[in-house]
Amino acid sequence: MIQIKDLHKSFGDLHVLRGIDLQVETGKVVVVIGPSGSGKTTFLRCLNVLERPTQGEITIGDIHLNFNEKLNNKHIIQLRSRTGMVFQSYNLFPHLTALQNVMEGPVTVKRKAKQEAQKKAKILLDKVGLGDKEDYYPFQLSGGQQQRVGIARALALEPEVMLFDEPTSALDPEVVGEVLKVMRDLANEGMTMVVVTHEMRFAKEVADEVIFMDNGKIIEQGPPEQIFGSPKEERTRQFLQLIGGEEN
Amino acid sequence: MMVLTKKSLKNGLAKMFSTNFFADPQTNRLVDIATSSFLPLLKGAFTFTISLSLISFAIGLVLAIFTALARTSTIKPLNWIARIYVSIIRGTPLLVQLFIIFFGLPKIGVTLDPFPSAVIGFSLSVGAYGSEVIRAAILSVPKGQWEAAYSMGMTYRQALVRVIIPQAARVSVPPLANSFISLVKDTSLAAVILVPEMFRKAQEIVAATYEPLLLYIEVAIIYWVISTFLSFLQGKLEQRFDRYVAK
Repeated sequence: MIQIKDLHKSFGDLHVLRGIDLQVETGKVVVVIGPSGSGKTTFLRCLNVLERPTQGEITIGDIHLNFNEKLNNKHIIQLRSRTGMVFQSYNLFPHLTALQNVMEGPVTVKRKAKQEAQKKAKILLDKVGLGDKEDYYPFQLSGGQQQRVGIARALALEPEVMLFDEPTSALDPEVVGEVLKVMRDLANEGMTMVVVTHEMRFAKEVADEVIFMDNGKIIEQGPPEQIFGSPKEERTRQFLQLIGGEEN
Repeated sequence: MMVLTKKSLKNGLAKMFSTNFFADPQTNRLVDIATSSFLPLLKGAFTFTISLSLISFAIGLVLAIFTALARTSTIKPLNWIARIYVSIIRGTPLLVQLFIIFFGLPKIGVTLDPFPSAVIGFSLSVGAYGSEVIRAAILSVPKGQWEAAYSMGMTYRQALVRVIIPQAARVSVPPLANSFISLVKDTSLAAVILVPEMFRKAQEIVAATYEPLLLYIEVAIIYWVISTFLSFLQGKLEQRFDRYVAK
């Protein structure tokens, strides 16, 4: 379970997150939507402390971080190894093959034996449909393939929650589907996921809960039928109208 | 000494192309000196020039990495120490530094043999110049790579060793190879602090034979051969690093 209490983040004078409270049950998929600049990516990056929140508390599983107090680096690292992050620009390690990318976390962070890590990595690459590409370097893979390796790499740490930061935004339209499929499969297997995305159809079909953020706050949250079907807030309605003309 | 005039040049050339060129006693003497000095010079190259270069470069590289990290660090005092070090070494001549270490330090009771003095001087130099190369190389690795490493739960050190340095290394091969080739040639400065490396050997042979042109050209050729070989190795190394880069 993930619990977030009164999370704030400022960059200098810029108050990007203005108090976020959220609870995500194990096995649930939460999709975060909102206009650019609403703080949704910052929020996601706060969840594994790539951005250090200025205030608030985060609990993931048995790790509890209170940003109102001085933090131990060890706890941050523990929290990170319990979350898997998938980036908009993949951020695969270019000097490692697909297989080595997936093995890196288990070997370096979790101190797993190489053989064991390799076996696991092959299974994960198979799972994302890239079993035949294990010896390819990232530059030899398409964007969609790279992102699927990115997902396998994050899964290799056996995270309690997967964080997706606009995972399809940098992709060519024809390969978006293959990445969404992998994510959908993950959701069906019961992975806890927090997804920042502009893919409204994915949100409608896969999300257990949709969160609409604007101006550093959660404006509205609820099941997708409610958010997309009958949003209560005026701002949610405006946003959905602006982006979703062709889908509604 | 023969003065170079049109006439002497003409005579010299005529002599060279005449059939009894190798029978000429003066020519014979030069060939003798060139061949008999070759092994001592090579010995100087292998025992001192090359070992001095390799040892100094290895130590200097470690120094350069730590200096670069100190320069990119947010810890202010570390940053300043690194800056001052680089400023002193880059701002003063290597020859002067070698003199301070070898001839100056005994004044305060620090007496070092020629070889360790040279190693210290050259390592400090490689460390200072190399740190700027490595700093630039580290900064050239996209921020997303740090983030990906951190997001997996890596520590700063793990991220550096496993993710950042392998990528920075690729970028720094050409400038570091440059530094290494410069270093090999700069070790000739160690001659003045009595390290019996190749150039000092040449000077000794010149003192005995009084054939400066011959001997100094001979060492120049050996330096050139070593440098050319190193350039070749640089090319190989670059190829190896380029295997994961789109062409």
